Amino acid sequence: MQRRTARMLTAGAMALTAALTLSACGSGFSSSGGNGSGGGAAKLTSSDDPLTVLIGSSGDAETAAVKSAAAAWSKSSGTGATVQPANNLDQQLAQGFAAGKPADVFYVSTSSLAGYAANGSLLAYGDQLEDTSDFYPTLTKSFTVDDQLYCAPKDFSTLALFINTKDWKAAGLTDSDVPTTWDQLRTVSEKLTRDGRVGLTTSPQIERLGAFMTQAGGALTNGAQTKATVDSAANVEALDYVKGLLDDGSMKFSSDLGESWGGDAFGKDKAAMTIEGNWLTGAMSSSYPSVDYKVVALPKGPKGAGTLQFTNCWGIAKDSPNQKAALSFVEKMTSTDQQLAFAKAFGVMPSVESAAGTWKQEYPQYAAFLDQADAAQGLPNASGTADVIADFDSKLGSLRTTDTKTLLEGVQKNMAAALKG
Amino acid sequence: MSRKNRAEAVSGWLFTAPTIIVLGLFLAVPVVMAAWVSVSDWRGVGSPFSSDVSFVGGQNYAKILGGGGLDEQNFGTALRNNLWYVVFVVPLQTAVALGLALLVSGRALRGRGFFRTAFYFPSVTSSVAITVLWLFLFSSTGAVNKIISWAGINGPNWFNEPTGLFHLGAGTPPAFLADHTMLGISWWEWLAGPSVAMTAFILLAVFTTSGTFMLLFIAALQNLSPEVDEAAMIDGAGSWTRFWRVTLPQLRPTLFTVLTLGLIGTWQVFDQIYTGTKGAPANTTLTPAFLSYTSAFQSQQWGVGAAIAFILFGIIVVFTLLQRWALRDRPVSRRRMRWIEKGSTR
Repeated sequence: MQRRTARMLTAGAMALTAALTLSACGSGFSSSGGNGSGGGAAKLTSSDDPLTVLIGSSGDAETAAVKSAAAAWSKSSGTGATVQPANNLDQQLAQGFAAGKPADVFYVSTSSLAGYAANGSLLAYGDQLEDTSDFYPTLTKSFTVDDQLYCAPKDFSTLALFINTKDWKAAGLTDSDVPTTWDQLRTVSEKLTRDGRVGLTTSPQIERLGAFMTQAGGALTNGAQTKATVDSAANVEALDYVKGLLDDGSMKFSSDLGESWGGDAFGKDKAAMTIEGNWLTGAMSSSYPSVDYKVVALPKGPKGAGTLQFTNCWGIAKDSPNQKAALSFVEKMTSTDQQLAFAKAFGVMPSVESAAGTWKQEYPQYAAFLDQADAAQGLPNASGTADVIADFDSKLGSLRTTDTKTLLEGVQKNMAAALKG
Repeated sequence: MSRKNRAEAVSGWLFTAPTIIVLGLFLAVPVVMAAWVSVSDWRGVGSPFSSDVSFVGGQNYAKILGGGGLDEQNFGTALRNNLWYVVFVVPLQTAVALGLALLVSGRALRGRGFFRTAFYFPSVTSSVAITVLWLFLFSSTGAVNKIISWAGINGPNWFNEPTGLFHLGAGTPPAFLADHTMLGISWWEWLAGPSVAMTAFILLAVFTTSGTFMLLFIAALQNLSPEVDEAAMIDGAGSWTRFWRVTLPQLRPTLFTVLTLGLIGTWQVFDQIYTGTKGAPANTTLTPAFLSYTSAFQSQQWGVGAAIAFILFGIIVVFTLLQRWALRDRPVSRRRMRWIEKGSTR
């Protein structure tokens, strides 16, 4: 009996020690996160620590370019900087935030911005940038939450129509047949559907099909992202148009062609056209260098031109001990010259308007991407919408067999719930 | 307590201390932490035990078990998918493992060592490598569809086909199934069975784990005394009867182990989904373990992620207890006892 009591006491003592150690850890963690909180106007932290930069790199070319840019910046600023390409950016960032020792500067996608902004891991440094007017307004809007610009757009991409020129000629089409309306797109994709390939392919995602929605004048939410507008007549019209192409057999989803995305289906010539972004030009030259193609603007819909844009930004951690240096690093990375260098290295489009002229001159074959910038829209970025979009994507694969209106009404319900709370 | 006893107790604690500390630090503490996160509003920044994290009660649990939102739908879908996965994988892999074990422990078999190694091989290969292999084999133009096409059948687009096995060829759902919902998805959806994509994962699981469980069955079979089998043979039992009435009952403890390990493993399926489909097509390969990961790391809903993990834990415990109850040692029933007595007096 006595022995038992002793054992219980020991166990209790151990549990207590564990709890105390833990709570000690806890306070240790949080105190490091205490400074610098309180919004954008607060004073920036500064120290001699070197910067760590965590990037979700698209490949070796991007990693090398960012590394050399960081090295050049360290040389001029005197602050060290190490660039680390992430294997899984979301996970590595989350670990850093939870431990209170995040990377100082990192890539943030539009879909994860709201989550990081809400849990207070990002420094909203937008108002401390020297000049934000040069950024495309649609891009800064993508990184603005509650009227605060959280981070500087790194670069951006838009969707355009990729055409396989060999298939185009084989179908007896000429330059004057490049589709500029939905009807023309339908006609050419029917003509291109031959020899075992389909005319048009995309992955079954709103990140591609949403372009048709913007062309029909629709969007998933209103401009201020306060109201869901998923089941609008325009969106129904857009999806019905896509459904029509699928029914004709002149368009197939990449998943139905056995490929993970439109780029692979296009590169392997399973489809003569695809709707993809700038990143496909890089993939084409590395994976399918022998395929000849051209890039044209997406056709206009009933409400004019429209496309989707995708972008990342340079996030700075609120817990960073060296926010001042991080800000100067970001200024350098988003400067016009540096962005043009990045464009050369890995094919992105600069996020600043002052670089547009030079970019178009240097890459006339890709001008279509940049020409569409004015008609480009981003997908919603408000908190909770990322889950709704993921759920929408999961349902689009079976678009052919579902009723468009029912599908959109289901998503509308989720979107409305997400925007409310 | 005498001085000697006390010294013994002290040295006992001393020697077990490393294990206790390691287990405590890497097992008990994370479990306590996760339990706390599941009832708190922690958002993934700083320590969950810091002062600005507050207790929110069962809010996170309520979100996934009710509420009618996307969280509930996703959890319901994940649970449905995994339930069908378990229902198919556990019996199949156990049967295959037992079958293989009986085959390779047959005394007459030549090259037993080779077959044992061959059957065990998939189990020691990394699951990521096998998943990638599976993606190739089951692609729409892959080897599996090629073989099926020899029989004149047009194979499905495996990993992109969200239709449930029991929905193949089914028409529109009857109203009472479509209108009633449980955990955000309709009864009709619950009854869909595993999707074609999930079926590929089911085959993958059977292929990889049968080898491991075969090993357990081989060990158990070698422990059985041949005398019992011989006695049954003398009594005139054929090989079929001997297997069902003599061998299998003796394997009950091993069967319990295999079923338990199978249940736990199949409810926790994660790496195949993570490397393979990430829940696509149409969320039909989403599993609670994967959903827990995405809710936490991608949606920054750490409380919800932890809550899913704990519900999963509960499910596994309940299933294991159920199965323990089903496989318990039962006294011979009265009816059968009468039959045996009648037989012996005859």
